[in-house]
Amino acid sequence: MLEVRGLSRSFGGLKAVDDVTLSVPRGQIVSLIGPNGAGKTTLFALISGFLKPDSGRVSFEGRDITGHKPHAICRAGIVRTFQVVQPFAGLSVHENIAVGAHTRLRDRDEALERAREVAHRVGMGAMLDRPASALTIAGRKRLELARALATDPRLLLLDEVMAGLNATEIGELVEVIRAIRDEGVTIFLIEHVMQAVMRLSDYTHVLNHGAMIASGTPREVTSAPHVIEAYLGHGAAARLAELEAGHA
Amino acid sequence: MAGWLIIALALALAPLALGSGRWVEFLELTLFVAVLGQGWNVLGGYGGQYSFGNAVFFGTGAYVQALLQYRFGISPWISLWFAIAGTAAVGAAIGWLSFRYGLRGSYFALITLAFAEAFHVLARSFPSITEGGRGVQLALNQDPDRALATFQFNFAGSFLAENGFYYTILAVFLASAFATWRMERTRFGAQLIAVRENEDAAQALGIDAFRVKLGAISISAAITAAAGVYYVQKYLFIEPGIAFGTSKSVEALFAPIIGGLGTVVGPLLGSFFIHGVGEAAKATIGQALGDRPGVDLILFGTILILVLAFLPRGLAGLWAALWRRLTGGDGNA
Repeated sequence: MLEVRGLSRSFGGLKAVDDVTLSVPRGQIVSLIGPNGAGKTTLFALISGFLKPDSGRVSFEGRDITGHKPHAICRAGIVRTFQVVQPFAGLSVHENIAVGAHTRLRDRDEALERAREVAHRVGMGAMLDRPASALTIAGRKRLELARALATDPRLLLLDEVMAGLNATEIGELVEVIRAIRDEGVTIFLIEHVMQAVMRLSDYTHVLNHGAMIASGTPREVTSAPHVIEAYLGHGAAARLAELEAGHA
Repeated sequence: MAGWLIIALALALAPLALGSGRWVEFLELTLFVAVLGQGWNVLGGYGGQYSFGNAVFFGTGAYVQALLQYRFGISPWISLWFAIAGTAAVGAAIGWLSFRYGLRGSYFALITLAFAEAFHVLARSFPSITEGGRGVQLALNQDPDRALATFQFNFAGSFLAENGFYYTILAVFLASAFATWRMERTRFGAQLIAVRENEDAAQALGIDAFRVKLGAISISAAITAAAGVYYVQKYLFIEPGIAFGTSKSVEALFAPIIGGLGTVVGPLLGSFFIHGVGEAAKATIGQALGDRPGVDLILFGTILILVLAFLPRGLAGLWAALWRRLTGGDGNA
């Protein structure tokens, strides 16, 4: 569904995203992990049109969308959420979500009605009239998700929607995301919360220093020595293996 | 909505209740500035794009209205549509140039100020078209039978002569308020507010921020041009300083900021407050100091600072807060 080929982007001398190739098949939940500063959010920004790549191609459902404007990409069916939540602070939860719904619906009443449905779907039904600025961090993450969902996407890019949530909230959100996938929306997510990555993803890509270093099922990827070293430093995999052996 | 019917009815009956003269003049000026304010409010209050040069729209509207009559003898009832549509096009052109290059915040404010100054200079520099610094003086119609046809009420019989332009600006104000009220309830309005609140998030949700801002600046220009049309018909005169000087730009942004940004009633509340205070200042401080011009400006400046510091949502926000306290509920007033 989403095909990324040889995508690169530098800032000054730093290669933030370096020749990345990956694909996200329809109907799956694919995750993107990697240490801080690995280029995950930059990759999302390149896919969603907020940044233009230096080289490489992004295509969606067979159509080339490389370098298209963010609003055009959203209308094509890809919507992103922001790692640093960006609510319309002066508006209510209901109005926030309705902005998303208006992407497909011109009529105000229809958009408000659709926003109400989406709010219920992500468990915000009771907060509709609350000002977005009064939400907790968990509420704001949900609002990001709800607003994105209201645009009726076929591919949802979620940038760390679990960060800052407690275990219960993570559990709830995992269920919500699964339900969204089950209704036919493909999901590509950046996540640091490994518990969520392991429970959700069908497939995982690992990014380090802008380059893809591993791809596979979550279990394969997290046991690969070079992935462990990317996170924990050189030699860490060997030490971990020794530790495991010691316990056995 | 009920509130608006009461406001409209009260304003429509005001000349009958107040008699004519000073108080109707006061209301007329209030409504005129409320229209300028509503024009600014569409772009600044709803769209978050603060213009410091809305006089460029007032002046363009006024000059088109005046020159089409003066040069070509076109009926004012026809020229006014050219004035409004033409100014909307000028608004779109200025918006295209500014928003294309992503100018936001103070950069946008400065570029609009620069456009107003540029138009000011242009109006002075082409006397063969604009009559230059002398300004355009329209012929006074003294035939009562042609009062309506010429859109000049000076000789139209006592009631129209006294109140004709009051009702003109009232009609313009109500039309602009209704347009703004409608806009708030459309997809365009929701998208414009979204752009104000967070442009990146708006774009991620499929909103073409550039086009939305172009729409807003065109509507802003059209409303402001209508005030220019009224001005020309009332005074039968326009010159570069009145048309493009900073005073109209400043009045246009004072009213909504004091009254309540991004609310339909804000520009009216703000304009009413400003002119009420202005009159009171002239009557008290002005009298005490021996009628020095500019006393009211010192007061305006002080009030603006106080409002910005303590009432970020203006008088409309204050009213909503008081209403909540009085009724004890948390429903929207």
